[in-house]
Amino acid sequence: MEEVDVEPTTTLIPGVGLRQRHVGFEWGTGDILVYETNFKLQGAGSARSGTPSVHVVRKDEDIYSPILRKLFNESHHIFVGLQNIQEDLPSKNKKPQFVSISKNYRSVIRACMEELQQGAVSAQDTSVIAQYSNQVSILLAIELIWNLCEVLFIDAAPAGVLLLHLLDWVRLHKADVDERAREVLQSESPTHHHAYWEVVISFVLQGRMDEARQVLVKQANLQPASRPIYQLMDSLLQKMPIFNPGGTQTLTEFDVKWRHWHEECDRCLQDNSFASNRHLETICKILVGDEDTMLEHKELLGTWYHFLVSRLLYFHPTVKPSELHYYAQSSMDMFLDFRSAPEPLDSILLAAFEFDIHQVIKDCSIALNNWWFVAHLTDLLDHCKLLQSHNLHFGSNLREFLVLEYASGLFSHHSLWQLAVDYFDHCPEFGRVYLELQLERVPLETERKALKVLRICEQRQMNEQVRSICKIMAKRALSNNRLGSALSWSIRAKDAAFATLISERFLQDYCKRGSFSDLDLIDNLGPAMLLSDRLTFLGKYREFHRLYGEKRFTEAAKLLLSLMTAKIAPRSFWMTLLVDALPLLEQKEVIFSVDQTHELMFCLEELTSDNSDGKPEQSAQDEDIESTKLELLRLALARNLAMAIVKEGTVEA
Amino acid sequence: MESINAKYVSQKISKTRWRPVHAAALHQPTCFATGSWDNETNQVCIWGVGETGMACEDDELEGDPQLLCECKHGGDVLDLQFLDQERLITASSTGAVTIYKIHADSQSLSVAHVWDRSHHYQRASAPCTGVVCSSPDVVSVGEDGRVILYKADQRGIKNADSSTIHAVTFLRTTEVLTVNSIGQLKLWDFRQQGNEPAQILSLTGDRVPLHCVDRHPNQQHIVATGGQDGMLCIWDVRQGNMPFSLMEAHSAEMWEVHFHPTNPDHLFTCSEDGSLLHWETSSGLDTPSFLQSRNTSIMSRSAAAPAGGNQSLISAWLNGDSSKGRLETTHMLPSQTLSVNSLDVLGQCLVCGTDGEAVYINRQVPV
Repeated sequence: MEEVDVEPTTTLIPGVGLRQRHVGFEWGTGDILVYETNFKLQGAGSARSGTPSVHVVRKDEDIYSPILRKLFNESHHIFVGLQNIQEDLPSKNKKPQFVSISKNYRSVIRACMEELQQGAVSAQDTSVIAQYSNQVSILLAIELIWNLCEVLFIDAAPAGVLLLHLLDWVRLHKADVDERAREVLQSESPTHHHAYWEVVISFVLQGRMDEARQVLVKQANLQPASRPIYQLMDSLLQKMPIFNPGGTQTLTEFDVKWRHWHEECDRCLQDNSFASNRHLETICKILVGDEDTMLEHKELLGTWYHFLVSRLLYFHPTVKPSELHYYAQSSMDMFLDFRSAPEPLDSILLAAFEFDIHQVIKDCSIALNNWWFVAHLTDLLDHCKLLQSHNLHFGSNLREFLVLEYASGLFSHHSLWQLAVDYFDHCPEFGRVYLELQLERVPLETERKALKVLRICEQRQMNEQVRSICKIMAKRALSNNRLGSALSWSIRAKDAAFATLISERFLQDYCKRGSFSDLDLIDNLGPAMLLSDRLTFLGKYREFHRLYGEKRFTEAAKLLLSLMTAKIAPRSFWMTLLVDALPLLEQKEVIFSVDQTHELMFCLEELTSDNSDGKPEQSAQDEDIESTKLELLRLALARNLAMAIVKEGTVEA
Repeated sequence: MESINAKYVSQKISKTRWRPVHAAALHQPTCFATGSWDNETNQVCIWGVGETGMACEDDELEGDPQLLCECKHGGDVLDLQFLDQERLITASSTGAVTIYKIHADSQSLSVAHVWDRSHHYQRASAPCTGVVCSSPDVVSVGEDGRVILYKADQRGIKNADSSTIHAVTFLRTTEVLTVNSIGQLKLWDFRQQGNEPAQILSLTGDRVPLHCVDRHPNQQHIVATGGQDGMLCIWDVRQGNMPFSLMEAHSAEMWEVHFHPTNPDHLFTCSEDGSLLHWETSSGLDTPSFLQSRNTSIMSRSAAAPAGGNQSLISAWLNGDSSKGRLETTHMLPSQTLSVNSLDVLGQCLVCGTDGEAVYINRQVPV
């Protein structure tokens, strides 16, 4: 047995297990059904058999959030777009595409987050607010991880650029600085605001030099006496070199320039230039990369990864991707102080800094309550060819496993199941099997829904499923006594057996009522008539009636005879056909020729000799009618034969 | 394509309809209704788009459609029509036909009248697949093959069809046209007694189910239908029982077809294959012959001008020369995968709804 990574959590189901009973369950596609069994635990008291109820336990309740549904729908669109990126493009051209797809995914997450926040603000119910803010925090974490993965794995920025991306990452996720700054600057006297220096330092920690300088100027203007040291700080901030990836400057040139600036800052600190102003001194200490000073402002940094990025900015701006994990680990240790254990998010980010993609995915799968994130991220990373192609001991590979899990969850939803189809399509190994099994279980309330499911099946040549859906619809129509509809469905399924059954019903109805129903359908069967013998007979028999109705007797007679001689008509129906021949035999004009009459007589004899063999018990009255019919037929046939012989003899003569 | 606004609405949309505007007013419609399907609880919603009396006449597109009001709907919304500005009527998968009333400047929506189980089998209820109204009459059709006319007294044609009727449209005040799942168009005249259609038109042999039908707004004898194979058919109901022309349009079921109500040289179709097409036939004589962006194979019977008819009145749709390429088709949506279930066009505004739970609005349709 595999080792478990974390102990499974216990979910309490309200109302189950209270009466000391065993619990039974049944797997569903995305949920399980839980019920109490009648089996009693030993020593349990006389448990009353309360109202038996079945509880539906859902694995993934996020699917049922109306706002998150937008996330699923929009990301489906991006997912399909990603799968259609041409394989043969050189990988150099692909990278920008992958980065932009990653950004699209993130912008969808952000849009969703904003809507959830609005929802939380406008909601009244506290439980709804709690649910919304919980979802917001999950999405925030997801976006944070995704963004880091985009920087490290997908964009895979080299030294120099890497830090710029990391800075953007931190700025994006520590946006409360802007709010504070606005608050300070809009107050009556910004310089006396209690958060004034916090804002300046926050800007510096995020490397936003221009903004820090703008705020600093306000203080400098008020203190003419200490203007020189403000000017000195201003020039230090202004001079800080920033790597420009688009420019001509090489990384070494930048490094030299940066060291030069760093030494200058260090000199200012050594000669106590800022001794008269402790705030400016703090800033200067940060500029030279003093870790203790930075750690004194933990609450401004907020997180260890902010500390990591600030530390790199003022200590080692040309950090290489391969060196990151060392700084990450030490920053985390320093920041968290060994006091608090790292949370799941911390270890996920750390694993990302260590470039351990599989660990990131694994930890996310454990920590997050839905498959959306891991499935989409893994898929994207797989497209970037970043995943080792080792196979799992279950399923095919990691990407497919996760996408299948996600899609199965979607399919269990009453409405989102349509999205899942495209996900299954892009799982080469097991997608089709999953889809086949799931499609058979879609409830079909209306024909329109059935048509949509059928289209999905037909596009994928799932003949078995097409047949089964058509059969379900045909059976339903039949049970509602809609013979025409039932026949159309079985024709679509090319289900000969069922078509035969329905044709029988039509013929029975005809025998009972003496007229056909659903003529609009039967008259227009066309080539579909050939599906089953009985259906052919039904169509042809109706054609006979039409010819008869149009008084085209000769053609009608010929058709009627051929129905029997070519064995299209079932034997049980021959009597009816022969009785149908009666009015033709009784016409003044001779319609059946000598040969045809002979054949009719032959048919009648065959039928009667057959019947005499194993004839079931019949009431005397029925037998009476039967024998009258026979006598009438024999008489008519004999008379017709006589007339035909006379007529044919006359013509020949 | 730039002028298209998309809005995700967290429900699969089965129908979208613009709320009609006063004929006298020239301004564009600002409200539309949507119906959802396949949800645990389905809804009818009224949405507003921009220009809500505000004076901001910026060129930039007004933002997303805003939800004005909503109301629960029992079962899938299978069809939705506005009766007039205040009332709309829905067809439900439960067999009910419901009239909703919009109150006080779109602030709320409530059920005004329900015909429960209008469509039913002997025991179970049958989905109602379509409604159409021509004030004051309403006609509904369903999977049970019934055609029902709602007046002061309800009149139904039982067993009007042996198959499922998919859509219905008024030809004249007393005549409706239905399309069914075995590829037939049936013309019903309510002045006639009995259960027999006045006329049956069909594509011989094919039996391809037809899903939608629309009548030319000015020339009542011209009718467009769309079917399961995505073919667009133009029929002249006066002439024979063959379609006038057949055009390959979509690669899957065509769910709706609409002539532009005021400029009927334009026609719009949407389909299960996720596309929305704009068809334009030019009635002018010298049009460039670039056309057919898709492989539009056109079969056409020779045009027989109606005797005594004014030449200029012959619709471009029945112009026999369509093989010369007078027909232009444009895709209206960016690439899409999930079905476009419904569309409606009024003035320069087009709205459509998809299974991808999105509503698309284009307010600059070139017509």
